[in-house]
Amino acid sequence: MAFLLLLGTPLCGALLLGFYGARRWAADLNVGVSLVTFVAACALTAQVVSEGPLLVGHEQFFIDPFNVFLVTLTAFVGLTTSIFSRPYMRVEMTHDRVAAPRLRLYHSMYQLFMTTMLVALTTNNMGLLWVSMEAATLSTVLLVTLYRTPASLEAGWKYFILCGVGIAQALFGTILLYFAAEKVLGAEGGTALLWTHLNAVKGHLEPTVLGLAFVFLFVGYGTKVGLAPLHNWLPDAHAEGPTPISAVLSGLLLNVAIYAVVRCKVLVEGSLHSQLPSRMLMAFGLLSVVLAAFLLWRQRDIKRLFAYSSIEHMGIITFAFGMGGPVANFAALLHMTVHSLTKSAIFFTVGHAAQKAGSQLMEDIRGLITLSPTIGWGLMMGSLAILGMPPFGVFASEFLILTTAMREQPWATPILLAALGVAFAAIFGRVQPMVFGETTARRLPHPPALLPVFAHLAIVLMLGLYVPPYLADWYRAAARLMGGQ
Amino acid sequence: MAGTSFDLQLLNLCAALLLLLSFAMLAQRRIVTLVNLLAIQGALLFVATLLLAWRTGERHLYLSAGLTLALKVVLLPWLLHRLIRRLQVYWDTEPLLNISGTMLVGLLVVVFAFGLAQPIAALASTATRSAIGIAVAVILLSFVTMITRRKAMSQVVGFLSMENGLFFGAMSATYGMPMIVEFGVALDVLVAVLVLGVFFFQIREQFDSLDLHHLESLKESPAFKKSAPPEPVQSVQEH
Repeated sequence: MAFLLLLGTPLCGALLLGFYGARRWAADLNVGVSLVTFVAACALTAQVVSEGPLLVGHEQFFIDPFNVFLVTLTAFVGLTTSIFSRPYMRVEMTHDRVAAPRLRLYHSMYQLFMTTMLVALTTNNMGLLWVSMEAATLSTVLLVTLYRTPASLEAGWKYFILCGVGIAQALFGTILLYFAAEKVLGAEGGTALLWTHLNAVKGHLEPTVLGLAFVFLFVGYGTKVGLAPLHNWLPDAHAEGPTPISAVLSGLLLNVAIYAVVRCKVLVEGSLHSQLPSRMLMAFGLLSVVLAAFLLWRQRDIKRLFAYSSIEHMGIITFAFGMGGPVANFAALLHMTVHSLTKSAIFFTVGHAAQKAGSQLMEDIRGLITLSPTIGWGLMMGSLAILGMPPFGVFASEFLILTTAMREQPWATPILLAALGVAFAAIFGRVQPMVFGETTARRLPHPPALLPVFAHLAIVLMLGLYVPPYLADWYRAAARLMGGQ
Repeated sequence: MAGTSFDLQLLNLCAALLLLLSFAMLAQRRIVTLVNLLAIQGALLFVATLLLAWRTGERHLYLSAGLTLALKVVLLPWLLHRLIRRLQVYWDTEPLLNISGTMLVGLLVVVFAFGLAQPIAALASTATRSAIGIAVAVILLSFVTMITRRKAMSQVVGFLSMENGLFFGAMSATYGMPMIVEFGVALDVLVAVLVLGVFFFQIREQFDSLDLHHLESLKESPAFKKSAPPEPVQSVQEH
């Protein structure tokens, strides 16, 4: 019941907003739909916590500790982003950047995007996972190009082609996976692509084919994670689209893509009994961290800056999942949570800051603290949090990842530390004058919604100081699941 | 049935024609013809699926043959032709590599594809396993098409032909994917083309052209500009 509500609400919302998305109350309806989705996600979580893993709809969907926490996180950030987007899009309308009819597309696609992500997270079918990942790309292409500026069209085209081609490789990987599975599970009944069935027989799957399949699946979904060297689409898509979309792309879509990679890794590792998947994850993760840390220095656009920071953090998470083991998996899950909350909070403040300054270039944004103390402090706190300053949650997860790396992969620790240092200097050096410099900008026509920013940062702070026992149990259960037990 | 039965020979003929068509696409610069070639590719896929359905007696293959006919032979080419007419893009500009150079690259790609497909084909139990190499070759040749083209329209045709190659690969390795997945993929492809249609009009409105060199300003540093192919596709090919 809660499950039907979870997928049905955003889908119905997308249809409704497709008709009425241009009305004055459309933004409120958007918030309402997201709220119902979030409540459904909470109910579902309660159900899974009390009754254990759930299989729904002829086993096509399943919910276990690993995906249910991502579902809740997705629904929560979806809700706060819709709250943020309400005044933000109104200001954009007053600034004549979007016309009212285009908001219909915006609201409808926003809910459709939420639907595809929730389907991707909850589906048990590796084929449907691919279908919903592709649908997530398609539903956001037109959102990236919402402003119809030359730069946004270019970003949208890059996003479409690179993710389309990348994800085509994942389809090939899925075909190979089906090819190997069909021999063990048989083509009858269509169970050969169901993850739960595959997981039960993963030791019997043909290792050569699965190794090949993993390479394709990893490259395909890795493109969506934004791992170097396939990251080119990510900064453009984040910088040129409307800020609420940057927040959900960075905070949610990347998580969903990592989720897909990890699901595949669990299967392949069980079949291969070798280090290949782990090594690939570690290598690409580390490469992304280093590359992103240095590219941070060359950025002039504030949204591109934080987009590169997302690549860096995705690299850290991928590296941690690559190391494997209960502690590293736990840390990676915690990092996914805090990154998603912190990064979307940063994009919320950045969005309002850019609206105030009338530009996304960092040299034009100055003196946020005098203009609007809440935006200034929000950006400062958010940046400190994302840079891994204690006592925020990112510190806790990065600390865990680094200490595990010291024990398991000592060679990687200095590289990681150096990259984190470089990234710290790059981001802090840019944010400091933006917050404290001199300014002449004017007030915004609609008061910004900063409640989501501080709600996110408060949760991140809490996770840094204290992880509630039920949440810790939940992470541990998910980490065990990834260990293949 | 023996490996030389008549229907299997027909199937292998279809596979060979598919490979030939991919080379024809690689060489073709007229966009209208490119779309027609794509439609013929779809038709061949339809015939191959039908033959396979008849041979194996699997009901879902008839369904997916019907889906191929409706989507890849009728609907997509029709949509693309309509787009071409309304946007008036008939010719691609000179490709980045001249035709004979592209053909040579294509030949190497085919050799590589057969090498890649060998371990899979060795494990396959389907009668069509010899065609897996061809499917991989079609996928990779479509990559080459996408990389060497400048016009957005020809890149899209390359993209769709890659999807055809994937479909053919799934068919020859495992007699097709589960029905629900095939429907989902078909839906995605259809939506992709519709989204692109909208998208092309936006590009057109903004630049008065569908040439992709307009879409190359977003580089790391604004001072760094050269007339390179769109980078994303290139970096993908390395894998």
